Amino acid sequence: MADTVIRVEGLGKRYHLSHRQEGYVALRDVIAEQARSIGRRLLGRGAAPQEDGEEFWALRDVSFDLRRGEVLGVVGRNGAGKSTLLKTLSRITEPTEGRVRIGGRVASLLEVGTGFHPELTGRENVYLNGAILGMSRAEIRGKFDEIVAFAEIERFLDTPVKRYSSGMYVRLAFAVAAHLEPEILLVDEVLAVGDAAFQKKCLGKMHSVAAREQRSVIFVSHNMAAVTALTTRTILLGGGRVEKMGATADVVAFYGVALAQAPGASDAGSRGKHTRICAVDLFDQAGVRLRQYASGTPLTVEVEVETDGSPNLSLEIMLLDPDQGRLGLFSLWQFFGESLPARAGRYRVRVPLDGMWLAAGAYFMNVTTSVADVEWDHYVEHAARVEVPFSNPYGRTWDFRHSLGFGPLALRCKSTPSISTIGAQQAT
Amino acid sequence: MTQPVEELVLEAGRTERHYWRDLWRYRELLYILAWRDIAVRYKQTAVGVAWALLQPLAQMLVMVVVFSKVAGLPSDGQAPYALMVFAAMLPWQFFASAISSSSASIVGNANLISKVYFPRMLIPAAAVVTSVVDFLISFAILVALMLWYGYAPGWRMLTLPLFMALALLAAFGPGLLVTALNTEYRDFRYVIPFIVQFGLYVSPVGFSSTVLRERFGEAFFLLYSLNPMVGVIEGFRWAILDGQAPLHAPALTLSILLSLAFLLLGALYFRRLERSFADVI
Repeated sequence: MADTVIRVEGLGKRYHLSHRQEGYVALRDVIAEQARSIGRRLLGRGAAPQEDGEEFWALRDVSFDLRRGEVLGVVGRNGAGKSTLLKTLSRITEPTEGRVRIGGRVASLLEVGTGFHPELTGRENVYLNGAILGMSRAEIRGKFDEIVAFAEIERFLDTPVKRYSSGMYVRLAFAVAAHLEPEILLVDEVLAVGDAAFQKKCLGKMHSVAAREQRSVIFVSHNMAAVTALTTRTILLGGGRVEKMGATADVVAFYGVALAQAPGASDAGSRGKHTRICAVDLFDQAGVRLRQYASGTPLTVEVEVETDGSPNLSLEIMLLDPDQGRLGLFSLWQFFGESLPARAGRYRVRVPLDGMWLAAGAYFMNVTTSVADVEWDHYVEHAARVEVPFSNPYGRTWDFRHSLGFGPLALRCKSTPSISTIGAQQAT
Repeated sequence: MTQPVEELVLEAGRTERHYWRDLWRYRELLYILAWRDIAVRYKQTAVGVAWALLQPLAQMLVMVVVFSKVAGLPSDGQAPYALMVFAAMLPWQFFASAISSSSASIVGNANLISKVYFPRMLIPAAAVVTSVVDFLISFAILVALMLWYGYAPGWRMLTLPLFMALALLAAFGPGLLVTALNTEYRDFRYVIPFIVQFGLYVSPVGFSSTVLRERFGEAFFLLYSLNPMVGVIEGFRWAILDGQAPLHAPALTLSILLSLAFLLLGALYFRRLERSFADVI
């Protein structure tokens, strides 16, 4: 293991579906079952029938190495096993089979602001969160000023974080995380929230730490641009197995093709903490369910969502281009200051979008609910597919295809461009 | 990093090797978790402190009325009955609050369990430490009571920390046990208030243990001392009432042994279930 800091061999993790769906095991059931099986044995009817709850392998036969100083990307659809992989590597859950060897101090960042307590002040939360992420008090004290300056919240240090705006909250949480200095850092989709400038600052900080001090990072993300920018090697997980592993550019391209061929993802059974996105449908301007999008026409997205009635729940829609780059955002909270009704129930959100001149190609929408833009709640990747068979901007016959390499969008003019003369040669 | 990198191996059924060392390494998290619970409790309400004061005082008054005035039981030696009851109420309150708060602690910290690794035992341990703070607050009442009755403490008071340590020992073992049970089997939480209620009357809180020994004999008393809290309570009374209450050595030894056995059992059971906490929570 000279230059390998993590070696994963044949890793597998099995869950029992029956447990997950029914929630918890009740003691009274266990006692009743025990009594029944004792009774059966006394009556000589043989052993109790084995409980055959459905099994589900969240990970299977996963093997790879992480080298010193390497930033390794992990991509894949929802339910591909990315989070389970990180949870196993960070010792939150035990593997069912296989083996992981780790040579170095590991810190995992599976969520922004883990353990933040709303009643405590910013200062107190820095210590709390730092300790939870594995920093010693001396270490936190040494970096305290740096963390506060990084988060840009000096004036609010002694205010309880429940009075923070969501932006301040996220910045403070990021700042603590960005100053972690383990030998191995495991990062889940935590950088998906927060404003872009700050995200960049965090990524930059992690990147420089990795490069300068030979620290290793495993980076899980839905954001292909970030994966491409940060990592050199990437693993594509699918159905708990390694589908492809190799140079990031190859894997990302392969993933993009695989997605375009697959039908719209359905995440039956998955849900967030507070909400569940039940259905996502697209309609054209006549109100007919959309099969193919006529470029330039209005488009309505209908999202059916169940909520537990928590306040400040927002809905976001992200439009992805055929390269899985992020093309556009809709946010209920940020754009309209609205949130889902704070009463438990099932609601339909209609989002009437204006026409977009998309280049011909296959686009996807990621739909997610979030808690006041701080944390994703139910994130459904590729919830809807928008197929653009052809694109004729301005009603001309030229087919604007995405594959031409001009990008996904034809720019929309308010009127026909005018041409006026500034100075022209005399006609001869 | 100057220390040599050591290899950690993760495999099914093989997480224990570094556990006890990890527990030591993460000790600062224990302080911080305990501090968080205390800070939050006393920040949210001024009633927090008042509650810690009021509850044992009210319970003490009820005990005095029932056991001394109604049942006519004698106190230990010359000690005022109220003081005798309160000397037992202190460790009992601590025990009860340690059990109930640790049992709910893992479920209450589900967000941490599912997102970060650390030895899970720190969470119930922090809950027990939090109960120590409540204990210190109620200790102020004891001081006030002693002033009120003009009851001077003697040298035996200096041994109180030892008995406090015994109380910690007695609370942590069962605490771990109920924490693990409560996390694995969510309906177990209905059993806990019952255990705590029942324990209050089974333990010699409202009455002197001398009364039991005199009425039912030594053999019965030894059996009775299988309740670890008997030794703790006797010790507290002996130390606080300065020898007005006797210290029964065999009973104390039995309580200590039982507490150790419970701690071992609790720790083993907790360790066994702990691995699946993140999956069941």
